[in-house]
Amino acid sequence: MTDVLTLAVEFSYWQQSIFRTLGALVFVILGAGTFVIVFLFKMMSFMQSRLGPMEAGPHGSLQLLAEVGKWLQKEDLVPERADARLFKMAPYIVLASTFLIVVVMPFGPDAYFTNLDTGIFLALGLSSISVIGILVAGWASANKYSLIGGLRAAGQLIAYELPMVLAIVGVVIQAGTLNLQGIVAAQHQGDIFGWGGIGNPFIITQIVGFLVFLTATQAELAQPPFDMPVAESEIVTGYMTEYSGIRFLLFFIGEFATAGAFAAIAATMFLGGWAVPFVDLDDNIMNIVGPLVLFAKMMLVGFLIFWVRFTFPRFREDQLQAFAWKFLIPISLVNILATMVLKVAF
Amino acid sequence: MPLPKPKMPLRGLFIGMKITLQTGLRTFFPRRGIKTLIPAPSLGAHTVQYPHETEALAPRSRGVIALKIENCTVCMLCARSCPDWCIYIEGHKTKAPPRRPGGKERTVSALDRFDIDYALCMYCGICVEVCPFEALFWTPEHEYSEPRIADLLHDINRLDEWMETVPDFEPYEAGSDAKVKKVPR
Repeated sequence: MTDVLTLAVEFSYWQQSIFRTLGALVFVILGAGTFVIVFLFKMMSFMQSRLGPMEAGPHGSLQLLAEVGKWLQKEDLVPERADARLFKMAPYIVLASTFLIVVVMPFGPDAYFTNLDTGIFLALGLSSISVIGILVAGWASANKYSLIGGLRAAGQLIAYELPMVLAIVGVVIQAGTLNLQGIVAAQHQGDIFGWGGIGNPFIITQIVGFLVFLTATQAELAQPPFDMPVAESEIVTGYMTEYSGIRFLLFFIGEFATAGAFAAIAATMFLGGWAVPFVDLDDNIMNIVGPLVLFAKMMLVGFLIFWVRFTFPRFREDQLQAFAWKFLIPISLVNILATMVLKVAF
Repeated sequence: MPLPKPKMPLRGLFIGMKITLQTGLRTFFPRRGIKTLIPAPSLGAHTVQYPHETEALAPRSRGVIALKIENCTVCMLCARSCPDWCIYIEGHKTKAPPRRPGGKERTVSALDRFDIDYALCMYCGICVEVCPFEALFWTPEHEYSEPRIADLLHDINRLDEWMETVPDFEPYEAGSDAKVKKVPR
């Protein structure tokens, strides 16, 4: 079976690079689009006992295209007192950090953009660039709501970066590597109390880390119940207040593409990534099946993220900070300690 | 006053998540029995897809105000009581034949103009309340939006046409002292 699917042509380096770039772009855009349509438009509506968009395309499936078309038509306004250059730049900074996360994402044995030894370290580092973009947006808008939103976002993202990283550290300790391919391999080849049937997805041993990571992800994405930076009943839409047209669209894509990227990270770190039990890791077929498997796991994590999003109302700003510093960070530190002890013991 | 400590701190979170999941599943898989797993959100949703299907309106719902021209005596009570000043009435005195043969000619008021500007109207219904001669009626018709805002000014003929859509008056609950209107046909 694998021989059939082996490509007859060997690609040269530049051809591979083009494929990888296109693949990463498609993954980000497709992931964001699927998240918006499946979760934001449809699942949210069903959870509120309504149908959601129904007019554009069958069951409203083309609604996203219609929305994008609407935003593209709108005037790209820059406030008079705004710092125009920074104001225009901000959405691109946010979006760039999202696209850069995918650089280290493995989708199969050869289907990756780069295979860095410090993969997850780079991904988490790059994800925090978006803070700068959001701060820039809040500052450059020359609007008090934007500024408050930007500062709230900065405080929130920095506070929740920590538990996120600490939750990942547990996985890294258990896998013994920062390389994402290595982490996938560690889960594939691991065993649960000597039984190696389905490998050892780290969600089993790192369930605390998984929950902390998901909570922190929720806050990093500024989604309810952690949507203080865009709290529409308090500060209009926070740092996005002055944005319209394509720049608002970029923020919007950025939000959901980041959701996709974090879901992919969670799927890789905790659910076994692109690997499938019983299939050899170096099998060539995994270059095709792998991305689909990762996508399915990503949708699973996305479901959890959006389920929480649609269920809970917003916290208060001080509760948010207290939750990160007094609850999540101690828990993840304890998790790291326990992981260290158990790693040495076994 | 310190709040009482919850017995199980996270229980509420899980109850909330259970409720949303249940509602989602109930909307997506509304059928029971053997067809349970066939998704049919159109059946499960509580909302009505408005342009394709219309909701059953409540009796006495306030859509648009209809005018029975013959009943109007140009008393101007409605125009004066309108909080938005959106009713414009003009009339003149005219002679009408006597009621009984040999009687005197009567002086009656005739309507020249009766406009309601629905761009201004706030549907309070005071005009319908104050009308002493039962010339104004609520009808449940509500699909009369216009591309031009000026077209929302309904003139006397348009208001008269709405009379056809006035439903029969539903009696009030027992014990109500509101007057029961008879709809002229």
